[in-house]
Amino acid sequence: MLSKGLKRKREEEEKEALSVDSWWLDQSHPAVPQTPPAVASSSLFDLSVLKLHHSLRQSEPDLRHLVLVVNTLRRIQASMEPTTALPPVPMPPTAPSVADSLLASSDAGLSASMASLLEDLNHIEDLNQVPQPQADEGPPGRSIGGVPPNLGALDLLGPATGCLLDDGLEGLFEDIDTSMYDSELWVPASEGLKPGPENGPAKEETPELDEAELNYLMDVLVGTQALERPPGPGR
Amino acid sequence: MPSVLLSQADIISTVEFNHTGELLATGDKGGRVVIFQREPESKNAPHSQGEYDVYSTFQSHEPEFDYLKSLEIEEKINKIKWLPQQNAAHSLLSTNDKTIKLWKITERDKRPEGYNLKDEEGKLKDLSTVTSLQVPVLKPMDLMVEVSPRRIFANGHTYHINSISVNSDCETYMSADDLRINLWHLAITDRSFNIVDIKPANMEDLTEVITASEFHPHHCNLFVYSSSKGSLRLCDMRAAALCDKHSKLFEEPEDPSNRSFFSEIISSVSDVKFSHSGRYMLTRDYLTVKVWDLNMEARPIETYQVHDYLRSKLCSLYESDCIFDKFECAWNGSDSVIMTGAYNNFFRMFDRNTKRDVTLEASRESSKPRAVLKPRRVCVGGKRRRDDISVDSLDFTKKILHTAWHPAENIIAIAATNNLYIFQDKVNSDMH
Repeated sequence: MLSKGLKRKREEEEKEALSVDSWWLDQSHPAVPQTPPAVASSSLFDLSVLKLHHSLRQSEPDLRHLVLVVNTLRRIQASMEPTTALPPVPMPPTAPSVADSLLASSDAGLSASMASLLEDLNHIEDLNQVPQPQADEGPPGRSIGGVPPNLGALDLLGPATGCLLDDGLEGLFEDIDTSMYDSELWVPASEGLKPGPENGPAKEETPELDEAELNYLMDVLVGTQALERPPGPGR
Repeated sequence: MPSVLLSQADIISTVEFNHTGELLATGDKGGRVVIFQREPESKNAPHSQGEYDVYSTFQSHEPEFDYLKSLEIEEKINKIKWLPQQNAAHSLLSTNDKTIKLWKITERDKRPEGYNLKDEEGKLKDLSTVTSLQVPVLKPMDLMVEVSPRRIFANGHTYHINSISVNSDCETYMSADDLRINLWHLAITDRSFNIVDIKPANMEDLTEVITASEFHPHHCNLFVYSSSKGSLRLCDMRAAALCDKHSKLFEEPEDPSNRSFFSEIISSVSDVKFSHSGRYMLTRDYLTVKVWDLNMEARPIETYQVHDYLRSKLCSLYESDCIFDKFECAWNGSDSVIMTGAYNNFFRMFDRNTKRDVTLEASRESSKPRAVLKPRRVCVGGKRRRDDISVDSLDFTKKILHTAWHPAENIIAIAATNNLYIFQDKVNSDMH
């Protein structure tokens, strides 16, 4: 993505400027011809949705990038909603259908997927809950134990034991919040991102790992298989 | 301006002078720290007026794998902060996304010789051969710089650490991630105190993250943190244990004539620095640097345009993710000049008194040792001078994100991707 910033030939730049640049300027900019906001925003909308999905597909999303993209998307969405107060703006015939179909297909879906995907970030926090030491009277503030979370189960991964297929298997997963493995963030194969509504109900069910998933997870844990990670932006 | 140019294998991710300016530390993407030391000026070699040479190199952080979350933790050094020197040794804090480490740097230039019980190689002597006792003597040896990790502050952060700041009390320091700020005691690693927490109960409601934070240089109870929405919060640790309520909120209202879909992104503060005097704060957002007076919350007292010509290119910069680049900013020793980086290996300096500014370039082609840096200019159409660069020719992959200014002298360190430039300026005569 960064390569888009490289030098380009002057002629290309001029050609693109006419078709692209003017659309992105604000409506109130005097130099811009009055383009309908819905049409200008729909490409920006798509771009933002793409960025959001890309960001969320990271194993550990950059929160700042994510939050900024989400907020920008909300702004664009808000500007695309038809306002009842204003008289209808004369728009080219193609524009309303494009905008409407985008809104119809992605509005509810987008909100739901954004909501569920952001909620997955809650689970990252849950996994990192550390045991709270006894609060002393003296020190102010909330003290967080520096001790890592319960490693009892992971002791099984010590070099001496090697294979995990002992009776400790059930114990291994006992302490881990397996609902994480059902979420978007944990899709190991490079399949397309599933939209929100499908994912929402799945998370409500009791998470049950089937044998194939268990095998995969164990392979990852013993290091025989690397977890596939899409490249992150600017990392 | 004479310049020192060194090539490093990895992209430099942070640059920091120590409190005297004698040492300069850089951290890189490979988890390495390189410390440079300024050579004392000598009459014999007047040309090497206090140039910086490599003093020590060490591996600070290694890549880690978090088995619980199945995530790789990058070894990239996000920030380095020096501790004020309290004895012969130097100490610094270095941090990656999750773990902060305290390193002690000591020099050894003498070695004891003449032991009674062991010989030159260190083997134990046969006691029957020892007929008299001698006192071991210290003999000079080649200077050895030893670096050792003294403390490891781990497991304090769920999210990515973006800043660390040593308190003026020299006993505590803080570390900030996207949603929380922790206070640590330098001698205690198994416990930290959470002093700011902006995590919403429901992550769906997350709209703002912490982007940078710093302790006040003189008041050990005051610190500031910036957000992705462009606001600054000054907090007083004496007011409450959990500083979720700010003492002061610094925010500039949005300019309606400049509003766009990208307004929030470009207002996100990427760096905040107190002035040496402690009276002002300097912030960097995507297009400007701003000086804030601690006594005035409504708006900054000064705003400087870094590269306003990018304002009409925001969409393509959004597309390329360049709009998310985080530039740092710096004060000079007297708080009269501020500096920040830009694209095309350009960096900018603003003189607060004369209101003049200059654009300079950090590149091998334009700076030979002891050459004078030539001011650059970006033209946005219209009349174009001979050496001007057109906006469309700017190289957005060459970004100067990290810069540092010597605490007292006009010496600056500029990190241009994987190259470090150190410029020493005698006279600021090129401002226009």
